[in-house]
Amino acid sequence: MTTIPRSVKLYVVALVIAAATGLTVSWFARPSGGESWLSVLTLAGLFWLCASLGIQSSSRLRTSTSFAVGMAAVLLTGPLGAGLVGLLDGAQFRVKNSFAMKRVFNSAQFSLAGLAAGGVYLAVGGGRDALTDARLDVAQLLLVSALVTATYYLVNATLVSIVVAKTEGSSLMAVWWGSLSWAAISYLAYGILGLLMAVLWVRVSILAGILVLVPLLVARWTFAQYAAEQQAYDSTVRSLIQAVETKDYYTRGHSERVSRATVLIAREWGMREDRVNVIRYAGMLHDVGKLGVPTKVLQKQGKLNDTEFDAIKLHPMRGYEMLREITFLKDALTGVVHHHERMDGRGYPMGLTGEEIPEFARIIMVADAFDSMTSTRSYRSAKSVEEAVTELRKWEGAQFDVEAVDALVRALEKHGWEAHPEEFHGELVARDGTLLPRPTGQPDPAASVPRHAS
Amino acid sequence: MNNEFPPQPVVVRRRGDTPRTGAGLVIALAALVAVAAVAETAAHGLVQPGITAAFAVLIAVGEVVRVRLPGERELAPVGVAAALAYALVLEVNGTMTRYDAWQVAAVTAFAATVGSLPYLAAGRSAHLEDVGRRVLLAAATAALFRPYADELRGHESLTVLAMLGAVILAGSMDAVLSSVVRAGGDPVRLRTALRDEVRASGGIGAAIGATGVLIALAARPLGLWALPVFTIPLLVTQFSIRRFATIRATSLQTIRALSRVTEVGGYVEPGHSRRVSTLSVALGHEVGLSEAELLDLEYAALMHDIGQLSFTDPIPGGATLVVAPVERRRIAELGADIIRTTGTLERVADIVERQADPYRHAGEGADADLPVASRIIKVANAFDDLVGDRTDRATSEAALERLRLGTAVEYDPRVVEALDRVLRRSGISLALIS
Repeated sequence: MTTIPRSVKLYVVALVIAAATGLTVSWFARPSGGESWLSVLTLAGLFWLCASLGIQSSSRLRTSTSFAVGMAAVLLTGPLGAGLVGLLDGAQFRVKNSFAMKRVFNSAQFSLAGLAAGGVYLAVGGGRDALTDARLDVAQLLLVSALVTATYYLVNATLVSIVVAKTEGSSLMAVWWGSLSWAAISYLAYGILGLLMAVLWVRVSILAGILVLVPLLVARWTFAQYAAEQQAYDSTVRSLIQAVETKDYYTRGHSERVSRATVLIAREWGMREDRVNVIRYAGMLHDVGKLGVPTKVLQKQGKLNDTEFDAIKLHPMRGYEMLREITFLKDALTGVVHHHERMDGRGYPMGLTGEEIPEFARIIMVADAFDSMTSTRSYRSAKSVEEAVTELRKWEGAQFDVEAVDALVRALEKHGWEAHPEEFHGELVARDGTLLPRPTGQPDPAASVPRHAS
Repeated sequence: MNNEFPPQPVVVRRRGDTPRTGAGLVIALAALVAVAAVAETAAHGLVQPGITAAFAVLIAVGEVVRVRLPGERELAPVGVAAALAYALVLEVNGTMTRYDAWQVAAVTAFAATVGSLPYLAAGRSAHLEDVGRRVLLAAATAALFRPYADELRGHESLTVLAMLGAVILAGSMDAVLSSVVRAGGDPVRLRTALRDEVRASGGIGAAIGATGVLIALAARPLGLWALPVFTIPLLVTQFSIRRFATIRATSLQTIRALSRVTEVGGYVEPGHSRRVSTLSVALGHEVGLSEAELLDLEYAALMHDIGQLSFTDPIPGGATLVVAPVERRRIAELGADIIRTTGTLERVADIVERQADPYRHAGEGADADLPVASRIIKVANAFDDLVGDRTDRATSEAALERLRLGTAVEYDPRVVEALDRVLRRSGISLALIS
């Protein structure tokens, strides 16, 4: 608790007071006899269930099926019901890092969002009657629920953004645009499904309304499985590559760092995110062919003779031979084959020049050279980042691609460089693929901020 | 260069790729139902063509946008949901539906065939057995539900329950049918096949069934809008499934590629890891392992020698059979340690760790804790060490005989017998395996 800033505490207290006030006001303003407490109770149960089943993902953002239930609650039970249902969020049973403060915040903010959405719904002439009319005006209903969804989402996103900004000490607008805005589309979809749930609930039976959640929960579960599989793949490749590197003490961590540098360059280069993902693994795997090179050659101090150099020159093609069946890497394999080509044509294995060298290869080459220079090798000690950049600059055009060096330099200015992967564990990848470096020494923001942003 | 490998096996059975003796039967049954239904519908004339056309279009489109699950399963979630909805719907925006189960079967069969045409035209497999099962599923649902349609009108909750009941019943029949075909008529494998079926398609199956019921229910207040709206979550699910399947495939390809580091590094003979893994999967299938277990087995077999990387000098010739048992156990442990660092392949590491353990110790019973997968790798590894890439009959027979002699202590007799059967089926020659 001591890690939570005072301003955040005050903010949460203010939200709790606001929610309590809102609930009290709507209690006295509730239409007489119009409330169905069975509906409120059922919705609360479903909301709690969906929130609890929400799968914790590594990204700081997640949408939850409970949003659809919240929307249905707005349409079916108005501000009071929606406000009460929202309170259940803090009670979900599957919260990691479940600070009491976080739970209270989540309850308050979801309650407030429900109250606000319900208020807007009433203001635009909605109510349970709108759903029970003999003939549904689908267009009007869609318009009204889009408005209600927008309110629900905006209140929710704003309240969460404020707490994230306060905890991380970053600017509110940056948090808002950088991380929350993308979710709008999925919230709109959840909003529409909330509407459908409400329509079926009223016009067919409660059972039908509940059934709406089944495909949603399955969709969520499938996505979580996919995300887990992706993570498993990532960690598998990382550790196996590390195992391979144990052959040579001095190259330990090299693949991982080259992969990181490659990603930095590729992003600066303006590469599409799916291609960046491919080059991330290509960078990781670029040297697997070196296993075919005898260890004593790899670690030899001093000059290599022709036979030894020939053995080394084989490694890009060996790597290609090993990796060519990985379909997803197909485009990046040229990067593995040609990562020792030089711009002036004096590289290997083919002696390509300039533009002939594939983009991927030019990027991996610079990343590879940069990491080799900044790490200790058996025959020399590590250079500083500045020295390495000077060296890259010196050989750009002849050995390195100027644009790739430029991109690396720009990326280093923006993100800096930490050589040891152990110190670089704080990498957070948001769902939109942007890298969100977590300042070291600070607690994981996900630990102290709301579920919505966890 | 030790980089040249023979092509992948074609004859030995791979995961989920059982001989489908029942597949022809399913197709024939579906065709029979379809022909009878079309004849019946033609005789009485198509009822309510407008509503029918809307559903038929969604069935056909859903059939086009199929999705493939790991384990050679092909699903058409949107198509099936639309067909189920067509079988169940009682009222569309004020209009009562009046068609019977025959029409449902006829329309589904027609639309599914139309939806399969692009696959046939492109020369790709249309997976007719799966299409057939989908037609039978819709026909069964309609046959279970439509006779009671008139009595259910006006009883909302009862209608929902009846719809769910019909879908669950028909869906279970479909799962059993699919498992029977997969088990290839083998009663021992049927249980495993059913479990695999539920694990692989249970989730998406529930979503498809619920969507079918939802469309049928929502068609009354919403009209035909219900069709596109409720397919959205299914499409999202389908998208995730596709990505999941891609990563599964990529993982396997990557492990296969990385398993070759021991070969490129000169630790083992070229092709060894892959041959051992192919043979292990065939053996695992033979002894009735589930798909999940087979996947772990395949990973473990591919990486069973990875522990050798911790040695500076490769073992001469690479064969682990010739080194002392203590050394073999050390390779297993080192390999397990490496695999454990991934944090996600815990079961695979356990298998690799115990690959060198004997089936039982002298004077004691069989080691019950020893994973079946480890026993399989032990046998497959020994067999490959003895045989290598020699493919003649005599070598295989001799190797098998030697393994048989080892069943007193080293090798699980059940696995060795499975090896015998696998070899016999492929004509005792390893040409088919390696």
